[in-house]
Amino acid sequence: MSQLRAKMQQVLNEPGCVTNQAKPTDERKKGCTKLLAPGAAAGGCAFDGAKIALQPITDVAHLIHGPIACEGNSWDGRGSKSSASQLYRTSFTTNMNEQDIIFGGEKHLYKAIQEVVEKYNPAAVFVYQTCVPAMIGDDLEAVCKAAAKKLGKPVVPVNVPGFVGSKNLGNKLAGEVLLDYVIGTEEPEETTLCDINIIGEYNLSGELWQVKPLLDELGIRILACISGDAKYHEIARSHRARAAMMVCSKAMINVARKMEERYGIPFFEGSFYGIGDMSDSLRKIAQLLVDRGAPADLLNRTEIVIEREEARVWQRIAPYRPRLLGKRALLFTGGVKSWSVVAALQEAGLVLTGTSVKKSTPGDKERIKELVKDDAHMFDDLKPREMYKMLKEARADIMLSGGRTQFVALKAKMPWLDINQERHHAYAGYEGMVALVHEIDKALSNPIWEQIRRPAPWESVAMDDELAIRIA
Amino acid sequence: MAKVTVSQKHCTVNPLKMSQPIGAALAFMGVEGSMPLLHGSQGCTSFGLVLFVRHFREAIPMQTTAMSEVATVLGGFDNIEQAIVNIANRTDPRLIGICTTGVSEIKGDDVNGFLKQVRANHPELGHIALIAVSTPDFQGAFQNGWAAAVTRMVEALVEVPIMETRFSRRINVLPGCHLSPGDIDELRDIFETFDLDPYFLPDLSGSLDGHIPAAFTPTTLGGISLENIRKMGSACWTVAIGEQMRGAAITLEHRTGVPFKLFDRLTGLAANDDLIGFLSQISGLLVPRKIRRQRSQLVDAMLDGHFYFGGKKVAVAAEPDLLATITHWLHEMGCEIQAAVTTTASPLLKDIPTDEVLIGDLEDYELRAAGANLIVTHSHGRQAAERLGIPFFRVGIPVFDRLGAGHQVTVGYRGTRDLIFTIGNLFLADSHEPAPTTWLLPVQEVNPLVSLHVS
Repeated sequence: MSQLRAKMQQVLNEPGCVTNQAKPTDERKKGCTKLLAPGAAAGGCAFDGAKIALQPITDVAHLIHGPIACEGNSWDGRGSKSSASQLYRTSFTTNMNEQDIIFGGEKHLYKAIQEVVEKYNPAAVFVYQTCVPAMIGDDLEAVCKAAAKKLGKPVVPVNVPGFVGSKNLGNKLAGEVLLDYVIGTEEPEETTLCDINIIGEYNLSGELWQVKPLLDELGIRILACISGDAKYHEIARSHRARAAMMVCSKAMINVARKMEERYGIPFFEGSFYGIGDMSDSLRKIAQLLVDRGAPADLLNRTEIVIEREEARVWQRIAPYRPRLLGKRALLFTGGVKSWSVVAALQEAGLVLTGTSVKKSTPGDKERIKELVKDDAHMFDDLKPREMYKMLKEARADIMLSGGRTQFVALKAKMPWLDINQERHHAYAGYEGMVALVHEIDKALSNPIWEQIRRPAPWESVAMDDELAIRIA
Repeated sequence: MAKVTVSQKHCTVNPLKMSQPIGAALAFMGVEGSMPLLHGSQGCTSFGLVLFVRHFREAIPMQTTAMSEVATVLGGFDNIEQAIVNIANRTDPRLIGICTTGVSEIKGDDVNGFLKQVRANHPELGHIALIAVSTPDFQGAFQNGWAAAVTRMVEALVEVPIMETRFSRRINVLPGCHLSPGDIDELRDIFETFDLDPYFLPDLSGSLDGHIPAAFTPTTLGGISLENIRKMGSACWTVAIGEQMRGAAITLEHRTGVPFKLFDRLTGLAANDDLIGFLSQISGLLVPRKIRRQRSQLVDAMLDGHFYFGGKKVAVAAEPDLLATITHWLHEMGCEIQAAVTTTASPLLKDIPTDEVLIGDLEDYELRAAGANLIVTHSHGRQAAERLGIPFFRVGIPVFDRLGAGHQVTVGYRGTRDLIFTIGNLFLADSHEPAPTTWLLPVQEVNPLVSLHVS
């Protein structure tokens, strides 16, 4: 556990993380504990976060060492897509029982790893520690080491039990696991001057594939996406990339920064959400590659693609503008997505009446401020009850948020669109923005709203009067 | 008679089972103004919450004591106290149902002792019922957690009647966790037809049936009230549905003297004849016309449907009570139970109409389901169904890839009738058109000796 604690301190001191750096030393050392208020907490544990970050690796067997709760209650819940192996969707767990608690779970775990390798022959096994085996002292690292030696397969210990902290901390610790055990352990067969890594993109609903055709056209190769639609060997070889893009502002900053430190891979922080951001990201990828020796004409070719695609996307959004003009949207989502989606919403004619900045960094907030030019629109922590009131009083026409607040909107009979990770639509790149605007239009223009907001027959005064006359 | 075996694998692959604490949490959600609280790390709650949101498509009230590593080592008193105070301030609940987890059980937190201390420290919270239930993740399964929570609510809340006064029309109903909100509604309708006044504990039909509340509520939107739970001791009968509810029914009887009648299941003609006969007897009323018509419709549906059920091979994976319900009923319709997989031990398993009942996972199930005509399990069976290319009927929790899980009705004459139609239609849709090659003679092996003679 001391090793884990040292890792946590490292991650919490991450120089690349703006939020952490903005805190005074004492508070920083506490990490993200302020989120964990008993009886008033929301969100997953560190194990959840680690699994979110690593499970998109498709040809790996993800084995959860713990009682049935950790895996049985949660599996097959994420929308990360694969172009090849479906092994990552198979669920493996040691399903610890009382015997394991009394006698220790190490032997059981070892045999489980053996079974998985024999039956499924995965590229690697990732073994996730959970709270119960951590409490009884199961030595995850030792079991994994022994199994790897005996079975001749990478067996990677993901020592991130849930109770060490929040989901976000788990994301980062998962990144450390990749840095310690996977990245740089193999060499690619061939490299090109246009090889990049995309870090912190999970290919939810296939979003990576909304972006990849453009990179393909430009001759830019994704050496590894960490970790959406990734194969184990791709990540093992990712240290030979020429440049990297870090997609989600907080989840895997440590991976990007340490890969720069260790392997000299320059990175930038960007987003595939929103038209301007998509173009900026393409530009920056091209620039970083050219700076490191890729042919200079890449810049020009990138500009041509951007110009063509931007023209095309605005043209496709234009028909929605008259339909959406002046409609008021409430946007509740974490960090980076807020500002990157705002511009596209505005272009489609929507007015932003409010957005959450709870998970946003000061940088994110600045960007939102520039876009909406009004502080009053930013909510730090809007309670569901207040949110419901806003919607009920029709101070907005649609809410865009994650599944957690879905019913606040729907029970207020308010159009709602899912823009978090459990969603079923892909919103990345130019394609994604057209899809987003299309979905907003679908939600707003659905004929149900008119009917469901009508009073019930027994609530309607007019009807009562008429009836009264007839009875009289 | 089935042989009950336990899977001997070291690695569970594609779990069928879910854990006790979230079963208990769901039971607490059948009480009005309730907030279930899992005493563990916050993932314990968040996984359960997401699961129920996906199943019911409703907001789910569920909180966590957010145990950190340090708090776990030191003991969870502070976290429980803080959680209760926070929940009381933020959501104003009538009941907080505290479910332990693997984490708090291994530490050995004395939760009932903690609650006494919390009571002493916070007299201002006296109006809130605090009920703790022991539900370690590493024992039992979902239905055990549900049953344990109901038993604890009976022990903690039901008042022992001072005088032997019984209300002749009042009847307690203890439904197992395999009954949907829609099932509860259907049963209420049936009981009320006999002029009975049923008190359901838990009552998910008020809280998770999917309705539009008049105002925002951070706790459950409905369910049985604490007042009505307290009055359960003065009912004339208790009806328990599913073997899992036997413990709660016995506890209630011991506590209050209210006799109980347990029904293993309420799906199928004979099973419902038992229920209706019983209700007619205790209510002193003849079976109303409406119910008679429903029975007649079910008989007709069985006649129309049996052509398609007869001889069909079905593989079922579900928790013991649900498994027993579905397999017995399918068997009565003429199906053959090709595979039966379940989550945990139960006295019902040995009577399942098949050769072997396996306590195992969906990998075991997939291997045994190959070649079946129908797969019946919860939504996690979708990958297996896809790989095997077999029609798939979703039952139990979770059903996250279809609408209306909360309103799937399988009880009563009417529920059984509709179930025949739904499953019968799956068989019908999977029928194959004959082709010239359908009845080719089997290829005979050429006997070399015979061919020698011919030449």
